[in-house]
Amino acid sequence: MSDISFVRTEMLPPKDPPASEVGVVGWARANLFSGWFNSILTVVSLYFVIKILIGLIGWAWVPTWSATSLPECRVIFEELGRSGHNAGACWGVIAERWPQLLFGFYPNGYEEGTADLRWRPVLAFVLLFVALAPVLFSDKVPAKLIYFTAVYPFLMPWLLWGGTVWTPVSAALGFVLGYVVYKALAQSTSELIGLIVGVVAAFVWWLFVASLFSSALASVVPLALESVESRQFGGFMLSITIGVVAIGLSLPIGIVLALGRQSDLLIVKTLCVGFIEFIRGVPLITLLFVASTLLNIFMPPGTNFDIIMRVFIMVTLFASAYMAEVIRGGLAALPKGQYEGADSLGLNYWQAQRLIIMPQALKISIPGIVSTFIGVFKDTTLVSVIGLFDPLNLTNAIRADADWNGLVWELYGFIALLFFVFCFGMSRYSMYLERKLQTGHR
Amino acid sequence: MNNSVFFGALTVAGLAAGAAAAGTLDDVKARDKLNCGVSTGLVGFSAPNANGEWEGFDIAVCRAVAAAVLGDPSKVEYVPTTGKTRFTALASGEVDVLARNTTWTFSRDVDLKFEFIGVNYYDGQGFMIPKELGVSSAKELDGATVCIQTGTTTELNLADFFRANNISYEPVPIETNAEARQQYLAGACDVYTTDASGLAATRATFDDPSNHVILPEIISKEPLGPLVRHGDNEWGDVVRWTLNALVAAEELGITSANMSEKAAGTDNPEINRLLGSEGNLGEMLGLDADWAQKALAAGGNYGEIFAKTIGEDTPVGLARGLNAQWTDGGLLYAPPFR
Repeated sequence: MSDISFVRTEMLPPKDPPASEVGVVGWARANLFSGWFNSILTVVSLYFVIKILIGLIGWAWVPTWSATSLPECRVIFEELGRSGHNAGACWGVIAERWPQLLFGFYPNGYEEGTADLRWRPVLAFVLLFVALAPVLFSDKVPAKLIYFTAVYPFLMPWLLWGGTVWTPVSAALGFVLGYVVYKALAQSTSELIGLIVGVVAAFVWWLFVASLFSSALASVVPLALESVESRQFGGFMLSITIGVVAIGLSLPIGIVLALGRQSDLLIVKTLCVGFIEFIRGVPLITLLFVASTLLNIFMPPGTNFDIIMRVFIMVTLFASAYMAEVIRGGLAALPKGQYEGADSLGLNYWQAQRLIIMPQALKISIPGIVSTFIGVFKDTTLVSVIGLFDPLNLTNAIRADADWNGLVWELYGFIALLFFVFCFGMSRYSMYLERKLQTGHR
Repeated sequence: MNNSVFFGALTVAGLAAGAAAAGTLDDVKARDKLNCGVSTGLVGFSAPNANGEWEGFDIAVCRAVAAAVLGDPSKVEYVPTTGKTRFTALASGEVDVLARNTTWTFSRDVDLKFEFIGVNYYDGQGFMIPKELGVSSAKELDGATVCIQTGTTTELNLADFFRANNISYEPVPIETNAEARQQYLAGACDVYTTDASGLAATRATFDDPSNHVILPEIISKEPLGPLVRHGDNEWGDVVRWTLNALVAAEELGITSANMSEKAAGTDNPEINRLLGSEGNLGEMLGLDADWAQKALAAGGNYGEIFAKTIGEDTPVGLARGLNAQWTDGGLLYAPPFR
């Protein structure tokens, strides 16, 4: 045997797959041109997509940012050699009115002797994320931040509406008082009596003592922000405020309602079922009209019950009823064994709910909950029917300016973009949360 | 999340309920602010500018009343109302006066228990068509498709007009003026009908206004005026005579430019009575002697307000027409200040 053996001492590096199978080409072959029928569809679709894009970009890409009126935009289009009603986008309206679309009539320092207060809603908005961080991303931020979350519900109204700092402080003290009374009585007598007396004490504080307390303290330590009336709220600030309040309150109320609906106590159950079915049986617009017109007639003349507060209440009630049903769906999906397991561990009702039932039920309901949130946020535009200036109603007011009369696409496009950012953000977060909480039951 | 404000509001509501309602004039003076119900946006009549200040023909009424009563035209809280909420807002006391291009009709005056204190704009329903249609009279519109806002009196007027002339039409229901504009320009309807002032304002926004004509027929009477609640005649008088003062001032030749000169006293006793250098008309209303001066200083007389907000030099470009002084062949006729 001559020395002819050849033994490869090292492995050949694997060859790249053929160019037609990977990368852009491969992807296109697999997904777009996998057969003659799909190829035709792809070509036809591409044709239309490109046609629409060309039209859209041609319409949107025009140097009209600094125009001050629609006729001025028209002059610019003429210089570009275009004509017709939709020759191009007149972005001047956004350039001039975007602060109004964001802040409505919030004091902007234009009138003499007034300050530009728009930093307050901006700060409240930024702090909202700080306050939400421990709830949304509990594993990535220091746990101590949760105290700020507890403070935020009192800080936000103060920032937005202004007034003396003692109003939110005294409102918060009501909760403290109620809790202290509950704790004291729950140990000496029974839990139920403690709960009832605690709630009553808090209400007595809020209704009768709180205003005296805050005005007394305000006269001693006058720490106050310039107050802003609800009527001056508008634009996205109004939408976000209504949305945040309704979302923030509807989750806890919805949980309570869902538990109440499953309760064995007849009165509690009847009340919850009646409430949920009634609210779900009427459209939100009806509730808003009730808030805006009927309540006015029922209340004594001269009563000034803030219109935005009425809207908050109605939207929150509406969202809560839907939330309750979403969470009930989560509760119903839990196997009976979970409840029995909790019982067998000797947990009482609230312990079982807190430690075993709710974490699972809420996790199951995440997509439904977030859908409800998104729906509520978009429903805030309905307040335009009662004359509040949400972004959509503002477009109407902006068009009433003779300079901008007749502009539709620019304004609606801008609003749609902002709404999309918020709703898409919420939707992506819910997907992230689902992945994070995935514990492999399936 | 908003408990503090909520309960605060409840408390305020409870406290406020205790205070019995005095006369509206006293309420406004005590509040030092006039609550004025306005439209959420109507070209030329009421619209917020980029800084959030309200401007327009209806706004001028609010400003004049505030100036007459409180001495400062900026002491107005504008309460935007929709067509659906406006009457409840007035009836419930949320606003003191409603200046929202509202047509004075029998049922609104009598049945809804409001008091129209006059007419600040005589409007009427008209038709707009593209010129290329070659129609010169509304009676030739047989078989036309018509863009029409639903749930308004214009819808009923249109049906009446076509029935009376024994011609047919096909309605294209729309909700807002902006929608109507888009539909009309897209050719979804041959004709757009609404108040003539609205047609003019819409046409002014077209790329080629000259290709569209407003037909000569006006098929309805739409006297637009400010209104107040029934039963508070003192307040009604204040608003009525403030509007009359604006109209009379134009007739008497008092403008914001020459007012201070005329206020010193003139040979015309009516001017003197109006401006307060003679007589005690202001006192009778429960206002200062120079109430009309202040009202006029807010935005000038009727003619000046008209020219500034909706007149021929503005984009809306309305001619005076019926809204000229009676001496010029119009309908404006202020009762004497005596």
